[in-house]
Amino acid sequence: MDVEFLFWDGCPSYERALADLRAEMAGLGLEEAEVMVREIRTQDEAEQAEFVGSPTIRVDGNDVDPPNHEPAGLTCRIYMRDGRVSPLPDPETVREALRAGAANAGAR
Amino acid sequence: MTALNETAPDFSLPATDATMHGPGGSAATVIVFTCNHCPYAIAWHERLIDLARDYADRDVRVLAVNPNDADSHPRDSFEAMTARVANGEFDGTPYLRDESQEVARAYEAQTTPHVFVLDRDRVVRYRGAPDGDYDDPNERAGFVRDALDSVLAGEEPKSAETPPVGCSIKWKP
Repeated sequence: MDVEFLFWDGCPSYERALADLRAEMAGLGLEEAEVMVREIRTQDEAEQAEFVGSPTIRVDGNDVDPPNHEPAGLTCRIYMRDGRVSPLPDPETVREALRAGAANAGAR
Repeated sequence: MTALNETAPDFSLPATDATMHGPGGSAATVIVFTCNHCPYAIAWHERLIDLARDYADRDVRVLAVNPNDADSHPRDSFEAMTARVANGEFDGTPYLRDESQEVARAYEAQTTPHVFVLDRDRVVRYRGAPDGDYDDPNERAGFVRDALDSVLAGEEPKSAETPPVGCSIKWKP
């Protein structure tokens, strides 16, 4: 299972988002899985990585909360969490993506 | 430089309805640098509009100012600002466009949101975050309410400065 964490440091949520991601992985017994952390620094890098905002988490290349035709760019992502706007993805959404990734990896 | 307890820069900026607005002329003015695209600004937005409503009859004016570069962040365009106002999201609070970014630079605004409370003489009495947790509506922009209550009582705010929390202002290249 490949877990990617992409961030831009102009948005302050990334440290907590990464900590939350690692906590979710630990909760699922996935401590050994590596998280590839990548900082996006320029608009060109954002476009090349199809980065629509910080933080972006992908499991096996799939965004845990697929964006709705958002343009690539250096910005903060808007997530919904407990029915409210948040700079952090919903933990349950992240957990489900990790579960699915782990199940797929086990089936291979 | 906009230091605490010093007079804040004057300005006159256009709102989405083309009327011009600036600080002063009331018992207190709350200037909120904000925007459309930042999740922190959005999360705190309703609390600040509630505050504007709650303090309106105490001669407090709230001015929302969007200074972001709309070329790099199209969701902060004047048209997008106007659409939010038309959608009723500001409930009468003027939403101002700082196209040149001169006001944000003069105030040394760092993030959206970044809040400044000015007294009747346009002296800065508070600057910082709306409250201690963007994710808790029960905080009710408490830092700003506390500062306003002090200013309206002719007292110094107990907490005059807190670290701003939010998205960095998108400066033009």
